[in-house]
Amino acid sequence: MTKTVFLGAVAAAAAVLLSTGAQAAEGDTLRAVKQRGELICGVNPGLVGFAAPDANGNWSGFDISLCRAIAAAVVGDANKVRFVPTTGQTRFTALSSGEVDVLTRNSTASFQRDTELALDFPAVNYYDGQGFMVRKDLGVTSAKELDGATICIQTGTTTELNLADWFRANNIAYQPVNIDSNAEGEQQYLAGACDAYTTDASGLAATRAAFADPENHIILPEIISKEPLAPAVRHGDNNWGDIVRQTLFALIAAEEYGVTSANLEELSKSSTNPEVQRLLGATDNLGGMMGLDAEWAKRAIAAGGNYGEVFAATIGEQTPIGLARGLNALWTQGGLMYATPFR
Amino acid sequence: MTHLQPAEHQPFRLSMLIYDRRYRSLTIQTVVFIGVMLFAAWLVNNTIENLARLGKTFSFSFLWARAGYDIPFSLIPYAATDTHMRAAVVGLLNTLLVSFVGCVLATIVGVLAGVLRLSNNWLVSKMMTVYVEIFRNVPLLLWILVILAIFTDVLPAPRDYRGDDAAAQMILFDSVAPTNRYTAIPRLAVEHAPGPVVIAGTPVNGALVAFAVALVAAWLVWKWLRGWARARQNRTGRRPVTWWISVLLFVVPLVALINLFGVHLIPPTLAGFNFTGGVNLDNGFVVLVLALTLYTGAFIAEIVRAGILSVSRGQTEAAFALGLRARPTMGLVILPQALRVIVPPLISQFLNLTKNSSLAIAVGYPDLRATLGGTTLNQTGREMEAMMLMMGIYLVLSLLISAVMNLYNARVRLKER
Amino acid sequence: MSELHAETVPFVRGTMLPQASPPAAERGLYRWLRTNLFSGPLNTVLTIVALFVLWWLFQHFYPWIRHSVWNASSMAECRAIFAERWGEGAAGGCFGVIRERWNQFLFGFYPPSEYWRPTSAFCLLFLALAPVLFTESRQMRWIVVAVASVGAFALSMLSGAPAPELVCIAVGVVVWIAVIEYAPRAALVLTLVFPFLAVWLLWGGSIWGPATILGGAVIGVVVWRLLARFGILAVVGGLAAAALWWWFLSGDAAADLQRMLPLSLPRMESRSFGGFLLAITIGVAAITMSLPLGVILALARQSDLPIVKAFAVIFIEFIRGVPLITLLFVASLLLNYFLPPGTNFDIILRVIIMVTLFASAYMAEVIRGGLASLPRGQYEAAGALGLNYWKMQRLIILPQALKVSIPGIVGTFIGVFKDTTLVTFVGLFDPLKQLADTIRATFEWKGAYWEPYIFSGFIFFILCFGMSRYSMHLEQRLKRDHR
Repeated sequence: MTKTVFLGAVAAAAAVLLSTGAQAAEGDTLRAVKQRGELICGVNPGLVGFAAPDANGNWSGFDISLCRAIAAAVVGDANKVRFVPTTGQTRFTALSSGEVDVLTRNSTASFQRDTELALDFPAVNYYDGQGFMVRKDLGVTSAKELDGATICIQTGTTTELNLADWFRANNIAYQPVNIDSNAEGEQQYLAGACDAYTTDASGLAATRAAFADPENHIILPEIISKEPLAPAVRHGDNNWGDIVRQTLFALIAAEEYGVTSANLEELSKSSTNPEVQRLLGATDNLGGMMGLDAEWAKRAIAAGGNYGEVFAATIGEQTPIGLARGLNALWTQGGLMYATPFR
Repeated sequence: MTHLQPAEHQPFRLSMLIYDRRYRSLTIQTVVFIGVMLFAAWLVNNTIENLARLGKTFSFSFLWARAGYDIPFSLIPYAATDTHMRAAVVGLLNTLLVSFVGCVLATIVGVLAGVLRLSNNWLVSKMMTVYVEIFRNVPLLLWILVILAIFTDVLPAPRDYRGDDAAAQMILFDSVAPTNRYTAIPRLAVEHAPGPVVIAGTPVNGALVAFAVALVAAWLVWKWLRGWARARQNRTGRRPVTWWISVLLFVVPLVALINLFGVHLIPPTLAGFNFTGGVNLDNGFVVLVLALTLYTGAFIAEIVRAGILSVSRGQTEAAFALGLRARPTMGLVILPQALRVIVPPLISQFLNLTKNSSLAIAVGYPDLRATLGGTTLNQTGREMEAMMLMMGIYLVLSLLISAVMNLYNARVRLKER
Repeated sequence: MSELHAETVPFVRGTMLPQASPPAAERGLYRWLRTNLFSGPLNTVLTIVALFVLWWLFQHFYPWIRHSVWNASSMAECRAIFAERWGEGAAGGCFGVIRERWNQFLFGFYPPSEYWRPTSAFCLLFLALAPVLFTESRQMRWIVVAVASVGAFALSMLSGAPAPELVCIAVGVVVWIAVIEYAPRAALVLTLVFPFLAVWLLWGGSIWGPATILGGAVIGVVVWRLLARFGILAVVGGLAAAALWWWFLSGDAAADLQRMLPLSLPRMESRSFGGFLLAITIGVAAITMSLPLGVILALARQSDLPIVKAFAVIFIEFIRGVPLITLLFVASLLLNYFLPPGTNFDIILRVIIMVTLFASAYMAEVIRGGLASLPRGQYEAAGALGLNYWKMQRLIILPQALKVSIPGIVGTFIGVFKDTTLVTFVGLFDPLKQLADTIRATFEWKGAYWEPYIFSGFIFFILCFGMSRYSMHLEQRLKRDHR
């Protein structure tokens, strides 16, 4: 009796939870997402500016905005999103096992991840590079002066490998201090447990911005690696990869053509630019080619604005994080952000 | 259910597979065996299918690929150019080191706290009660994090030791510098080192061998001395005073060898960013050992206390009645009996400590989980292989510890009668 | 005799001397100090060392605690207050972070409007436990039941439960108390129903989902009873009937019932669980499920059937031989590989499964200890009465063995509850690390290291210490029963 009832309880819990979980890991991710009516994104559990929950559990940030834009394009509502916090250790497994539909978690695209880990990085949403932050009073002006220094580094990241390579290439000794999360890295660095903190330059800026005395810390000029941060999807579902890529391109193109969340409605009716017309679904049904409706891009842009708006609202110079556009400016302004034509 | 006739007179019927106890056990076992095997086959089949779907293979060849990452704390020479296999071995050795040191220290702390908790000093016994209860009832992870925070936030940074009016001073005659990165301690140096001695084909440090030989010899002489004293006591009823001979036996050869080889300590000195010259004990290691020691020590204290209390008061009284003094009573009567109760749970505490050492993840100490199950797993994407290997190693480790300890336990048990 | 003493003046004291007070050295505070603190040189040294340690601790921690500030909305504000009140450079505890975020520490990201659900589930848990754990003393049971039911109602009201739900809680609690008092056996059935109720309260959805699954269990039991005379076949039949119901019928039945009588709560995602809600959910779920599993494993390990025994030994030793953290990584990294392609479920459920397996191995060892402690005569007497294996276990052996193992079971529970903090390493919001890190990642609370640790540590201590005390109390009572 007891056993049967307990087995029943297990089954009940399983049934309830199973029904909330994702259903399909293989094949048609788009169909699964539409059927579920909700997009599941793997995100960083706490990196201010990129992805962080507030006191009420509402997520916001640069990566979060991309995720919401995809949700708006696919499901039709920017709030039909579930955010699954993933650690550096668990992120790719969460993706390949189908736990999340897309990983928007400031992850670096690299050869090995693309091939051996069977991931696809449809497009880069932030061009980054690995840098160092040190205290000003240390008197160090170049990373090459860090001989013998202790350096805090997050484990399970590409930065760990870059660091080892760069220091060996420059024939400098260093002592790594492995840390598990950004919060821990800040604590150790601030307490002086390491002379330098290394991670993506954007992360350094975000971290420095939050210090009580940002003026006492400097980010060294050396950028020792290329870190193209990109959303990731599973290998093999090309249509889903297309949707993620084109959603990002739609945001970039919108900035290029001056489509903002404010003038979106107006432009979709009055714009004479054929590319804008196609983008916003006024003419042609581009969305239909990848299984969406004609207004997909309009909704994606409406969710949080175009690429520039998202950037400015989450990590731009007006925010405490204060990142300049730099490489992430539009190609027309000397940056690398370049969307393929919408036709 | 019960058979009035002898069973062998009954012809075998199929229903006997269910209703006859002799056959039923066979039926049940067959069903269970088939069930478990089917389940296992189902799991393996799913795994193969899933791996194929993701285009992954199952192979351990990644272990021989270049690791490419640095490990901050290693017992054997290691560089980023070495293989993942070597990184895993470094991790395993680090796990073993932290477990071994932790077990030894936790036993010391636990026995001390357990005995002090029984002491008739009110203040001390109450303090020990508070220690035991606080540490037992709060998660180990919290202790690790708190001790880590104390080490990083409260201890001075190495640069605080710089300058004439430095913010921090080295302790213990300027030989030890606790910092928020590591604890710098002096290094042993041998001036006139004798050449290595080859034992069974492997060269071993000559000085080490000399010290070992001297210690063993002193111990043998000491045993003989004790035997002689006991024989003398049995013959004459008086025990000759030998303690100063014993002390000399150990001290004189040691002092002589130290002088002969010119063994001395090299204190750490601040050079550049960090201390050099001495040994820098990684704080991850120190914090982990400290947290594991204090946490497990609290459990061991309870075990020791329960063990001592389990020996009935009558044993002490009987020993006193025989004229034994307090110390022999403890050593010859109480402890051997208490050990019988103490050792089995102590073994499981050692096992727990070894397994808990995997919480090194919280302090960035590069143990087996951090190398093989952490960075290697992440950089190669070989979850299945790395996890299986890691669990296998932990399992073997646990089984070894319990086997060794059970052997010891069996010896303690034999002495009981 | 009398001649001998003829010369002595006979003296017989007519009145007793008044009792003199003991000498100054043998009374009062002085005596207490001397016997308890300074009874010998060793003790004196120990006392002085202890006093020194206490003084050192006091000196280092008291100023920090004295300077604590509760009324602040950010670390910067705290620092300003410290500087203003106690001068530049003064440090103190900035407990404003707890005041601002306590609901996150307790509930994670569970929506505030639904706080009454986990709260009432937690309180009702004690009603469910009352007929099992608090049977020894009526007074104790009354206190627990009263506090739990008042708590369920009052806390639900305070956290804003809607009126109809409040009425349901009130009626349910009153009925439940009546059952506990007047029909203890029926109360046990209610205890078995509680897990379904808790699942429904925590995760929401239609009540008919859990209810139809419970129905499957009832069907299984009914079939088993009907077929009872076929012995082992009855068990098989019962299991098959229940499985058929769960597989083919329960889904439709739940949907139909929901159409006829819609009773549902808003659906909650497991992802919104965090803080102590997460720790307690995982802990309680794992321990409830590991208890029956542990009993089965322990019986298997004690059984005469070599193959069954071998499987049990392999399973138990494997689980006990690896750290929980690796099992959690298996849950997060590998479990999906072991399941048919395409299945994918909640990380919380996966973690609960792994923690359950972990706890059941330890539970099996605890219960095996209980089984071993029974005298052989109990088995022999049961056999002599003609009881078969399961009747013997059910009526004679297990009731005694489980009773003896209660302290061990509670001990395992405390261990599992503490270990739930390790889920932080697979990205769940446990109260100790992940949640605290998330809070520290915000601009306001950067640098709030100690306060969250102190807060969570305090709550863990209260819960674990309470449980360990209760299990010691039970141990004492049970000892008296047996001797």
